Amino acid sequence: MNMTFTMPALGPLMPEILLVCMAVFLIIVDLIYPRNRELLTQITLMASVGLIAILLNQDSATTFGGMFIVDPYSIFFKIICLGGTAITALLSRQYLDVEGIREGEYYSLMMFSVVGMMVMVSATDLIVVYLGLELMALSVYCLVGLLKSDSRSNEAAVKYFLMGGFSSAILLFGISLLYGLTGTTGLTEIANYCSETNILANPALLAGFALVLSGFCFKIGAAPFHFWTPDIYQGAPSSMSAFMSVVPKAAGFAVLGRFLITGFPELHGNWDMLIAAIALLSMAIGNIVALSQRNIKRMLAYSSIAHVGYALLGFLPGTTEGYSASMSYLFIYGFMNMGAFAIVILFCTSDNRRESLDDYKGLAKRNPIAALLMLIFMFSLAGIPPTAGFIGKFYLLKSALAAGYTYTVLIALVFSAISAYFYLRLVRYMYMEDPQDEFTATYSPGLTAALAISTLGVIGIGILPGSLLSWASKALIGL
Amino acid sequence: MIPLSWYMALAAILFAIGTYGFLIRRNIIIMMLSIELMLNAVNINMVAMSHYLDSLTGHVFTLFIITVAAAEAAIGLGLIIVLFRNKKSVYVDQINELKG
Repeated sequence: MNMTFTMPALGPLMPEILLVCMAVFLIIVDLIYPRNRELLTQITLMASVGLIAILLNQDSATTFGGMFIVDPYSIFFKIICLGGTAITALLSRQYLDVEGIREGEYYSLMMFSVVGMMVMVSATDLIVVYLGLELMALSVYCLVGLLKSDSRSNEAAVKYFLMGGFSSAILLFGISLLYGLTGTTGLTEIANYCSETNILANPALLAGFALVLSGFCFKIGAAPFHFWTPDIYQGAPSSMSAFMSVVPKAAGFAVLGRFLITGFPELHGNWDMLIAAIALLSMAIGNIVALSQRNIKRMLAYSSIAHVGYALLGFLPGTTEGYSASMSYLFIYGFMNMGAFAIVILFCTSDNRRESLDDYKGLAKRNPIAALLMLIFMFSLAGIPPTAGFIGKFYLLKSALAAGYTYTVLIALVFSAISAYFYLRLVRYMYMEDPQDEFTATYSPGLTAALAISTLGVIGIGILPGSLLSWASKALIGL
Repeated sequence: MIPLSWYMALAAILFAIGTYGFLIRRNIIIMMLSIELMLNAVNINMVAMSHYLDSLTGHVFTLFIITVAAAEAAIGLGLIIVLFRNKKSVYVDQINELKG
């Protein structure tokens, strides 16, 4: 066996290395200035925004023997991850004060999970995918359980940990089968091997493929692997629910996309119906179960399952148009869901978390601005023009329809119509019912900024969607 | 030499036992052990295939899996201890505040 060792080029890895340094730096800052509560938020914010600026100017490159790639596709998803982190940092300030969470580890763990996601998004080898995935997941388990004295948060963390560990084991077993059959863990090499030999008909390869696919579906929370989502979103700290519903999901989609596009383009005829079934089942379960929820975080969790279903529709056609629609949808979804969770955090006070739908009754009378913003986010989640949610859904359905998945699109439209009921029910509660208590929201600067960014994103993309879509389709060139 | 298929069968059986244990047992610590069993089934698979294919990738992957499993166990046990402090139980049947 030929053994040589050369130091790989670290240049393409610079953003990740910087972020690890920032995560460690945050712990040190917390140690030196334990009383300075604003500083950590500001450092997290500056690190995320600064890295977005670096990423926008980063050139495409590969390193570590082709295991790690920087391409426009990965940069697109890294920007979603970092943008989501920046908004979460803005949201967190007020929430952490209300809940009394000690800060240092919160921001630091968040940074580490983002490093995991960035590694995952850039990975072209299943080993690197797994390592990134675990770094992300392990950090998020801790973040979910951060409310140490709250038994619901403990329960959510343990449930998430067990489900996450189980799904990782399934994913790994699938990877081991793929490795055994193709002799490699690189996605490009797997694709080459599959096109050179007629291994695609081998049932073991299909089993491995299905196991890996289920592992990824667990991570993005698609039905029938969704059942952890509502419990974890409800029990986790609200700022973490916002983070989890957007950022790890986007990273999971990036890996799933790369796995399907780069690794198994030849199996497209096999996996498109599978993805269609998963997407429709996610929409069905997400939208129908959300109808009966009385807790807003649970409702948003089921809505996020449904949105995963919509976003998966873009994978069906296997065309650039479809993938770019999925990517833009994830980008848009980030804004609208972060906005909705920001409102949930706005109403959380130390004596009452106000997570029940009844707490939203008559909101418009006491807090007209918050009610108006919630209305915008709910309209966007339901997909009503002129919000960004409409644009995103429109392009997804258009791409699937153009590729001939007529029935899938029709069923998706029906579920989308059903979803309007529970989004608009909240709007009705806010505007047409009498207030329950005398609560008036206080807006901290961070939360105001987060709400402003989300609203601008939702309205801005809704009115001018062109640049986002062209950015997403450019990101797919060369994949 | 023992043929590869025996190792793969062993791995598949261990993985199935682990899955069964995870789904059937109600004690969180046993559930965690079942996950470890599943991961070790993967390790056996990887090492056997790596030897059979004469490629190092599987060996390296196994080392990574062992490392990550250790980190996972540390975090998992930490979470379970925090849960036990509040609930005085590690049985999933009694941990059912979140539902609906």
